[in-house]
Amino acid sequence: MYDPTVARLTYRALLGRRRALILGALPLLLIAISVVVRGLAGADDQTASDLLGGLALATMVPIIGVIAGTGAIGPEIDDGSVVYLLSKPIKRPTIIFTKLIVAIAVTMVFSALPTLIAGFILNGNGQQIAVAYTVAALVASIAYAALFLLLGTVSRHAVVFGLVYALVWEALFGSLVPGARTLSVQQWSLAVAHKVTGGELVTSDVSLTTGTVLLVAVTVLATWYAGQKLRSLTLAGEE
Amino acid sequence: MAVEQPLATPAGDQSRIHDIGYRGYDGPRLGRAYARLSLYSQTLRGSYGLGRSVKSKVLPMLLFAVMCVPAAIMVAVAVATKAHDLPVPYTRYAIIMQAVISLYVASQAPQAVSRDLRFKTIPLYFSRPIETADYVQAKFAALASAMFVLTAAPLAVLYIGALLSKMDFAHQTKGFGQGLLSVALLSLLFAGIGLVIASITPRRGFGIAAVIAVLTISYGAVSTLQAIADSQGSTSAIPWIGLFSPVTLIGGLSTALLGGTNTFPGGDGPSHAQGAVYLLVVLGLIAASYGLLLRRYKKVGL
Repeated sequence: MYDPTVARLTYRALLGRRRALILGALPLLLIAISVVVRGLAGADDQTASDLLGGLALATMVPIIGVIAGTGAIGPEIDDGSVVYLLSKPIKRPTIIFTKLIVAIAVTMVFSALPTLIAGFILNGNGQQIAVAYTVAALVASIAYAALFLLLGTVSRHAVVFGLVYALVWEALFGSLVPGARTLSVQQWSLAVAHKVTGGELVTSDVSLTTGTVLLVAVTVLATWYAGQKLRSLTLAGEE
Repeated sequence: MAVEQPLATPAGDQSRIHDIGYRGYDGPRLGRAYARLSLYSQTLRGSYGLGRSVKSKVLPMLLFAVMCVPAAIMVAVAVATKAHDLPVPYTRYAIIMQAVISLYVASQAPQAVSRDLRFKTIPLYFSRPIETADYVQAKFAALASAMFVLTAAPLAVLYIGALLSKMDFAHQTKGFGQGLLSVALLSLLFAGIGLVIASITPRRGFGIAAVIAVLTISYGAVSTLQAIADSQGSTSAIPWIGLFSPVTLIGGLSTALLGGTNTFPGGDGPSHAQGAVYLLVVLGLIAASYGLLLRRYKKVGL
């Protein structure tokens, strides 16, 4: 199910030159802000929770997920070089699975790891906040990567639709319409984080069972459908 | 069949240019200004997907609708309840809808410039009688106009609705004018930032992600820092933190100079003096992005 060559090529496409710059800049910014906040406000659990929840989990993880998830396959389909990959005797679901593993790994390294570091800078993991948000970021990385990888195979405007989901649906509608939060990767991952740490500061609007079931369902279904989609891929011309 | 040429042609009247009957063009030559205008109008139409495929119309039209629908709802509510003022002031509307505006500029800025880089059509443009500055001006003006249409349309909806429900004419007109001024600055600022980022990469998808990352992350970071500064009681720092993201720049500017309500947490928002700093920073950023674009296109693709 895992092909090392495809993985190596995907890593190089994802972390090549400028893409690595923006992927690296976001975590650095988060850590820089944490240092500033720690200097300004001192160690405060509520502040740490606000910053990690509002900036790291709500904004940074989805954006890195979009870049890694769609970047793992989108550009190849876009410039047509995916046909060289598809013409090799490798099963299409294997290609998708490998690319998914790579996208998950990249998202985790560039979002969960800085979240943990920022958490420790902010309040030294008081009340398990750093660990809780790191767990949430790890879980969310998997679901986001699978979701956005599927988008990359379905649409040529995958990045836009991914961002619309992450920013408009989760952030805007999620804050206005409470029902929208049930269908939000962010809340599902928070449910898992809440269970893991049992703290009071990290809470979620969905129950653990709902969150876990939906997370697994979305990840598996998205991966399966992306594999199906790649089996019948037609290369369209540039619009 | 090609006739074999002797390697050393003897000097004299042996060589000549044959007239093989192609017609020359002797119609009117429309020149540089016309080319610039065409580039402007094509880019502006393209920003809303006009003259392009149905698929590329979906997103800009959808975002346009999302911008206008809340304004229409507000007007309907205000008319039904016979309110004396709009629920949201004109200058505040764009700040509330900043996610939609950011998405629009992120999706359309790469549309305007990245494809020219990717398909290497830049040299073709510059083989026409336009200069680097013309190309940059046309693209900048077109994207800024598209943004202005996007941000001013809901204000117009609000204004017409306010007049229909017989709110105070002078008060509403003043607010509408201030709102238009603030979204005009917003359009120029966002278009400049979007184009500078998009002109660096020929990849459309990557350009979109980079623009949205710059706009959203900076806004998220600044609002978080402002909230923390507010809870720590250091309210004097809040306006200065607001200088570091495009959305809060416009928000603070409208608060200080255009009579808007405070969009920052706590306190009274930036003072008049701080508003002048905001204005300088906004104008400086617009000029800087124009300069950077000029510099970028001096070299690119040639």
